Amino acid sequence: MVASEISKIGKSFYMLSLTSQSFIKCLIHEGYKFFTGVPCSLLSGLIYELEGQKEARYIPAVREDAAVGLCTGAYLTGTMPVLLMQNSGLGYSLNAFTSLNLIYNIPILVIMSWRGKDGKDAPEHIIMGDIDKKLLQTARMEYSMLNKENCEEVLKKAKKKIYEERLPYILIVEKGLFDERH
Amino acid sequence: MKGTEAFQELLPLIKDDEPVVHANGFICRESFALKDREANFYMIGSMGLASSIGLGVSICKPEKKVIIIDGDGNLLMALGTLAMIAAEAPKNLIHVVIDNEVYESTGSQRSLSSRVQLEAIAKSSGYKNTIRVEKKDEIKVAFLKLKELPGPNFLLIKVKPCFEPSTGRVTHTPEEITKRFMQAIG
Repeated sequence: MVASEISKIGKSFYMLSLTSQSFIKCLIHEGYKFFTGVPCSLLSGLIYELEGQKEARYIPAVREDAAVGLCTGAYLTGTMPVLLMQNSGLGYSLNAFTSLNLIYNIPILVIMSWRGKDGKDAPEHIIMGDIDKKLLQTARMEYSMLNKENCEEVLKKAKKKIYEERLPYILIVEKGLFDERH
Repeated sequence: MKGTEAFQELLPLIKDDEPVVHANGFICRESFALKDREANFYMIGSMGLASSIGLGVSICKPEKKVIIIDGDGNLLMALGTLAMIAAEAPKNLIHVVIDNEVYESTGSQRSLSSRVQLEAIAKSSGYKNTIRVEKKDEIKVAFLKLKELPGPNFLLIKVKPCFEPSTGRVTHTPEEITKRFMQAIG
């Protein structure tokens, strides 16, 4: 399949309403086939979709920093990795990003859920929900809020960061964007 | 046996194109000082992650023998990764731990490995073959055996803490380490 056809297929997925299924299909079409992470209910639909894919694999990680290590190893072989995690995992993985990926130029596409939005969540999520974006800014890690309409645009931004600057890029997912599987 | 002697025994048994992921601290520095190789990944920070990086390489490069050279402190920091390695079970992965029972590059504070059997943890996690050696002349036979047998395999090498602080640091920049490692392993 030629690139223009892939991009057409990609576009049609974007134009359909964004679902866990369409988003995972998009990522696979964009060449992301190695996925790992630590679950969050907000990302449960995505992980459910990944487990059913033949073209991609999802490897459960025990901690978010170990998932960063796993992604790093995959990238070193030329495989572009994706890490799914809750924003609580940003705390665990921040040292891995600052002392590994950001200085070795090792990109990862990070899909991070935003728990604790507007202070409305379980107590353990409130502080991280308030400071996660500030932490990313302080670490000079670029991110976008993913929404129903901007998928194509933010994946393009991510691609630029990942392939041109070889740095991680974070897509933040709010509650309700994807279906939850319980 | 000194840590340096363990490396002197081990490094000649590794082929030029075999990826080796090194833990930070004295593991990186000893290996770099003795024999720098293009297919060496020197992890200078991110303590604990050499094992998960090595796992990622081994999953995506099943045709190559992938070697992790870890330390006891690094291993203890990421015991959960042993479960990830055992669950994914890459046949081509050999996890070597140089165990000096201390955090040597920060001034030899004690680690827990004088009281905890790391090879028993690896075995119960699900590594296929685990060997513990305490003598220099046991390393070659053990390592070559573990290279032959389908993994993931685990080699614990007990050493005395006697790192020479004047041993230099890795002089390549992190970015250079990434570039040449990726080129070397193709």
